[in-house]
Formats: sequence, structure tokens, C-alpha cells
Amino acid sequence: MILFAQTLLDALSLGSLYALVALGIGLIFGMLRLVNFAYGDFITVGAYSLIIPSTAATATMIVESAHVGAVVFIVCTAVVVVALVSELLAFRHVRQAKPATLMVTSFAVGYTIQNAIIMIYTSRPKSLGLWSELLTPLDFGPLRVPALQIVTILTTSILLLAMTFLVRRTRYGVQMRAAAADFDMARYLGVRAGSIIGLAFIMSGLLAAVVSLLVETQIGVVSPNMGVNLMLFGFVSVVIGGIGSLSGAVLGGLLIGFASALLQAYLPDGVRAFRDAFVFGLIILTLLLKPAGLVRVTATKERI
Amino acid sequence: MTAGVCAWYGGWRDMTRVAVAPALVLACIVGLGLVAGGSLTETVTEMMVRMVVVVGLYIFVGNSGIISFGHISFMAIGAYAAAWLTCCTLPMVKPLYLPGLPEWLQNTAEPFWTGLAAAAILSGVVAAAIGLAIMRLSGIAASIATFGILAVEFNIYSNWDSMTAGTSSVSNIPISIDPFSASLFAAAAILIAAVYQNSRFGVALRAVRDDAVASKAAGIRVVPSRLIAFVLSAIIVGVGGALQSGFLGTLTVDTFYFQLTFLTLGMLIVGGISSLTGAIAGVLLITGVTVGLRALETGFVLGTIKIRPPSGFQEVTLGVAMVLFMILRPAGATKSFDVFRFPIPHRKLK
Repeated sequence: MILFAQTLLDALSLGSLYALVALGIGLIFGMLRLVNFAYGDFITVGAYSLIIPSTAATATMIVESAHVGAVVFIVCTAVVVVALVSELLAFRHVRQAKPATLMVTSFAVGYTIQNAIIMIYTSRPKSLGLWSELLTPLDFGPLRVPALQIVTILTTSILLLAMTFLVRRTRYGVQMRAAAADFDMARYLGVRAGSIIGLAFIMSGLLAAVVSLLVETQIGVVSPNMGVNLMLFGFVSVVIGGIGSLSGAVLGGLLIGFASALLQAYLPDGVRAFRDAFVFGLIILTLLLKPAGLVRVTATKERI
Repeated sequence: MTAGVCAWYGGWRDMTRVAVAPALVLACIVGLGLVAGGSLTETVTEMMVRMVVVVGLYIFVGNSGIISFGHISFMAIGAYAAAWLTCCTLPMVKPLYLPGLPEWLQNTAEPFWTGLAAAAILSGVVAAAIGLAIMRLSGIAASIATFGILAVEFNIYSNWDSMTAGTSSVSNIPISIDPFSASLFAAAAILIAAVYQNSRFGVALRAVRDDAVASKAAGIRVVPSRLIAFVLSAIIVGVGGALQSGFLGTLTVDTFYFQLTFLTLGMLIVGGISSLTGAIAGVLLITGVTVGLRALETGFVLGTIKIRPPSGFQEVTLGVAMVLFMILRPAGATKSFDVFRFPIPHRKLK
């Protein structure tokens, strides 16, 4: 029972992380049909923005981790700037192109960012103890929960509520949803394409910054490809959840987090190493049963 | 016979298009393999192996319009299948690397051709089994399913220590590929792709790609026509994997993952996704840029200063070049121009 409760918390915090990534990818994907493969590198940029370039194995931080506000500010600014610059220099110019072209562009952007990081910081992983005190478990009776898990779950809940409010209740949110449903039609009705896409990139960047902080605290090491796996899981979550649906993206992220954590806990020892094979097996199965995703959106339905 | 074919294609002018241009391209590729030597030997061999893989990828992606992230898993399957049979130059190390192999394989080192055949068969069988399920999917769902294949295969091969040496590497695989033989394989792959895309199966699949509803109405069965392309392309990519093992002599599971998937897809899309000529051009282009940048990275003289770019410079420049290329020419180098696609012969109605 204790094991189950603990697994459930693991699942919830991993799921929240994937949900945030999925939301960040889904925002852009829904609107531009852009599979942003550079998203993982946005997350990486966030982690690296905190450290002074050097070849050392232990990173020196620009500000002390006790200055929470400063840390959050630096990471958010760095990621948002990178997201906006990549939109301005690359994505804006291929907006009308086919999905394959968009995909290769985003991959090339990510590849450039990743190698620019290597150029500045070397490819060597660096240990960086950001908020490591959050890793100490808190005791709740027999249950021992790392504070970070609670922080992750709370942060995600707050962000999701804020996003829901923004998307449902503000004019910008309505414009974003309109753009996701039918970009051309939204433009005819007066939605400004440039600013609404810019806003989507800012929000997507902020989400990446939060993920970056959470992941960095969790693993305590920065490396140039630390964001890649998160991005892949996030991307899969978007498709599983239902393209064009933000709640679908969140649902997909949570489900994949749950599947991973439960399999990790309950697979027998010999096959535990093959966890990801099971997770992706389930993903393929879900796609076969629900090719349009779990949450179906009328706007993206193929008209046949 | 010749006269008949000519009449079919509408006279000699079309005949030259059908025969001469493709023959020239193939001759150039084999010629490149023939003259390659010195410091370029390895680069050219690697490029030819990549060409086999990208052409294999094209057979499915180009004709079906479904972007596949899964084909590198067939490359890994082919590479390891070949290694299981052909390893090792020192016979006694085989049980050490691959203790999971059956007894009868542990003490022999088969010739390269056997390994090649095994690679083709295994990747084809796996592709047929998986394809049967996922070829029903279209668009982005199909792409994600193929990515699922890659993730599953990567996870299994990374942890299947007794058969793949897990995260370390299998080495001492006999080296049996040189630039010339690799170029012959590349030419053969192109020929197969050309024959396929001009066959009724290829034409049917492109019809499905361009308009699924109309082609269904015209009597084309979607799943089988996709499946044929999927299996054929998996076989060729699998052979590409076997060539890789016979070229490098050492295999690591890590190399067959996300990076290579994107490099090969990038080559295809930069060249022009819906053209076989584009697949070839993409490989040549990106290899060319990489070779040029590699030369720059060893240092160059600008005026009086010697500049030596930091590591990572080569990759950053390649990334920027790819973004620029996609902005300037979103449909790829060749757009949809293809010397290997012939006009569909029109038969007289009786």
C-alpha cells in the first residue's frame, strides 16, 4: 500500500513534468503544425543559462541558488529570448512550408543550439547543485516524499490553472485557440498572426524554463542533450492526447508519466530495463485504437 | 522490342530521358566510388552507405508521404544481424562479445554475403510484422508510431547485453566494404528504388499519398500498397546497416538513434522529399558541406591570422546552413524534379 502510494506520487510528478513539456510543444504545434524538435534544447538552454562558461566539471553559478527570484528570472529570460529569436530568424520564414520542411528546420535549429552550447560550455556534463535541499524526503507518517515532487506537482497545477484561465477567459487565449482551429480564418477575422505566434512562443518558452528548473533540481547535472528525451516524450504526448487540443496534450503527458512510473515499479527485475519498450508499445497500441488522439478536436478532423 | 518500348514512351526523345539520364547518374556514382582514394576513402564509403540508407528511406517516405522516424531501427537490426553472422576476425572473441548467440553460430565466422542476406531477411520480416499493424495509420499518427518502433528497438538493443553487447560495442567485425563496392550497392539501391517507383505499386502508392479518398475510390488498397513500400525500404535500409558493419568493423547501439534518424531525414528533405534524384542530391549536398567544414575545423589562414574554430563550430555552421536552405528552398534542392520518374505509359483502349 505504501509502495503504491509512493508510486502514485512518482507517477504524478513525472506525469506533471511530461504534461508541461507537452503543453509547451502543443501550443506551437496546434497553431503552426510545427513539430518543435528544438524544444528539448530550449530546456537545455535554461539550465545552462545559470552557469559561467568554463571547462570545469563542477559548474559555477552566476547567482547563488538561494536567490530564488534571480534564478527564476535568469532562466525564464534566457529561454524566452532563445525561443523568440529562433521564431524570428527561422520559424517565421517557413511558416507556409510543408510539415516536413518545418520539421527539418526545427531540428536544425535544435542542432544549432545544442552545438552552440557545446562550443561555449564544452560537451562535458557538469554537476550543478541547484536547490539540492529539495531532494531530501519529507516524512508523512510511513510515506517519505521528496519535497521536489510536491513542488513539481504544485507548480504544474498552478501553471495549468493559469493556462486554462488565459486560454479560456482572455482575448489573447481566445485568439490563440482561434488560430489553432483555423489559422487563415482567424487572420481574416482580425487576429494578428505575428503577435499571436510571438505570444505562443513566449508562453511555450516560459513552460520550458519551468521544466528546465524542475529537471535541473532533480538530476543535479547539466549536459548538452539533457532536454532531448523530455522533448520526445512531450511530442508523443501531444499526438496521443489529440492534436490541437491543449487538454489532450496534458492528458497525454500525465498518462505517459503514469505508465512509465507504474511499469518502473511493478515490472519484474529482469525486464525492468525494457520499460521504455513497454511504454512505447502501449503508445503504438493507443495510436492504433485512437489514431486521432484521446481528445478529438473537430477542427483537425480530416474531412472525408 | 526496343521499337515497341519507344513507341510506348512516345518516341526517341522520351527514350533518352528514360535511359540516358538515369544511366549517367548511376555511372557518376560508381565512378566516384572507383576514383575515391587517399584521405577521401572513408568519407566516400560512408557517404555511399548513407546513400543506400537514404534511398531506402525514400522508397517509403517519398512515395507514401509518411515521414518515418523508425527506419534507423531497421538499419540497427540489419547491422547486428550481419555482425551475428560475420563476426569476428579473431574467432575466439565471438563468444565473449555475443554470449547469447546459439551454439552453432558462436564458433563460425560466415562470409559477408551471408550476413547481408540475414540483414535483408530479418529487417524485412520485422518490417512486415510491424507494418501490418501500423500501415493503417496516416499522417502524424503514423509518424509517431514509427518513432515508437525506433524507441522500442533502441531500448531492446541497448539492454540486450548477450546479443548486442548492450551499451558497449561489438568490434572485430571483418571489414569487407571499400568505396567501390559501397558505390555498387548505392547504385543497386537506386536502381531498385527507380524500378519500384515506376511500377504499378509505386504509382498506386503516390496516388494514395496525393489523394487518399480518390485513390480508394479508384480501387487502390491503401494498406497493402503502403506495406510493400515499407518492407522494401526496410530491407534496403537493413542492407545499409549490414554495409555499415562491414565498413566500420565495429558497432554501437547508440549510433543508431535520434541523431542518425534526423541526419538521414534531413538529407532526404534537403534534397527534395518526393524525388529519388533529391534523395541522392541531399546525401551529396550534406556530405559535401560536412567535408568542407571538417577541413575548415583543422584551421585556416585569414590574411595574416591563423584561425582555428572551436569544436562545435562545424555542427553549428551545418545547422545554420540547413535552416537557411530550408528557408530559401523549402521544397528541397530538386523540388519534385526526378530523372528516375518516367512518364506513365498510356495504352490505347481496345
